[in-house]
Amino acid sequence: MEYPSNVKIIRVPCTGKVDALYLLKALESGVDGVYVAGCKEGDCHFLKGNIRARKRVGYVKQILQDVGINPERVAMYNLSAAEGPRFVEIAREFTAKIRALGPSPIKTGKGREIPVPGEAGTAEKKPEGAKKAA
Amino acid sequence: MIIGHRKPLEEILKMLEPHDKIILAGCKGCVAVCNAGGEKEVGILASAIRLARKKDGKDIEVKEITLERQCDPEYIDQLQSLAGDYQAVLSIACGVGVQYLAERYKSIPALPGLNTDFMGGSREQGVWVERCQGCGNCVLHLTGGICPITRCSKSLLNGPCGGSSKGKCEINPEVECGWQLIIDRLKSLGLLEALYEQILPYKDWLTSRDGGPRTITREDMRE
Repeated sequence: MEYPSNVKIIRVPCTGKVDALYLLKALESGVDGVYVAGCKEGDCHFLKGNIRARKRVGYVKQILQDVGINPERVAMYNLSAAEGPRFVEIAREFTAKIRALGPSPIKTGKGREIPVPGEAGTAEKKPEGAKKAA
Repeated sequence: MIIGHRKPLEEILKMLEPHDKIILAGCKGCVAVCNAGGEKEVGILASAIRLARKKDGKDIEVKEITLERQCDPEYIDQLQSLAGDYQAVLSIACGVGVQYLAERYKSIPALPGLNTDFMGGSREQGVWVERCQGCGNCVLHLTGGICPITRCSKSLLNGPCGGSSKGKCEINPEVECGWQLIIDRLKSLGLLEALYEQILPYKDWLTSRDGGPRTITREDMRE
């Protein structure tokens, strides 16, 4: 079981530790996409860590939307620690999705990735559905 | 505390357009408690500003700093060594902080990153509600500890009005009728007759905003 070598893993004790700023800083550093892999909802050892993480991911998506960066570059996935094959599948799926989006505009400086008004807001809820595409 | 919320990023970015070297100043007072302008929010907003600029191939230097308070000159002074090196200061304190910065540092613009909303408290994590309008002449002892100026949409002193229905206000079914709350509370305190039956006289609004900007002076504390 191999997952793409471009995926760099940053361990945290629980996704509840993932702050919005961690995701923003990662993007600032020039990565093309960031996803948070948390336990399944309802299975959090700390009860609500993954729920909080999901909300923070949503918050970061909104910020990206507002500054003109595709919010799809950030995502939240839920899987159990025992699901190795699913982990690989997610890593491949997210890599493919980001590869399709192309390099981050932070590196290229090519300007807005998404249209100006709220129309692009429809793209926001896609990560869940995008799983099925893999 | 004073409750505020961040202005839309689009508006902030527009304000910053002419600048590429700014101070982003947070406040550890009220706005930090309501998660709008503390150290964490400074970090997030600074990052968002840099991302917005970098994606256009431009750069911006954001000096992140969070002052103890922005409503006291002694803390505002802490920016003294920095102000000369930057083109503008974006404050995510309440409107008081922005104005204190503007008064103290005359050579650079002070820009507001927050919309300051009201004096209130938290109802639950992530929800803040208004409780005081700073009218300068408190009547809470007469109204069961519920403020008619704030909680009644019309700020009536003798309510409720005809717009009160089933304990809700006519402006919005989710808004409780302030006067219904007052009556219920006075009833439970056994003070309905003693207090509610008395007509409250008209209020002297000169102690509120109607008297112009207000100043409180404590001679015993002045230097």
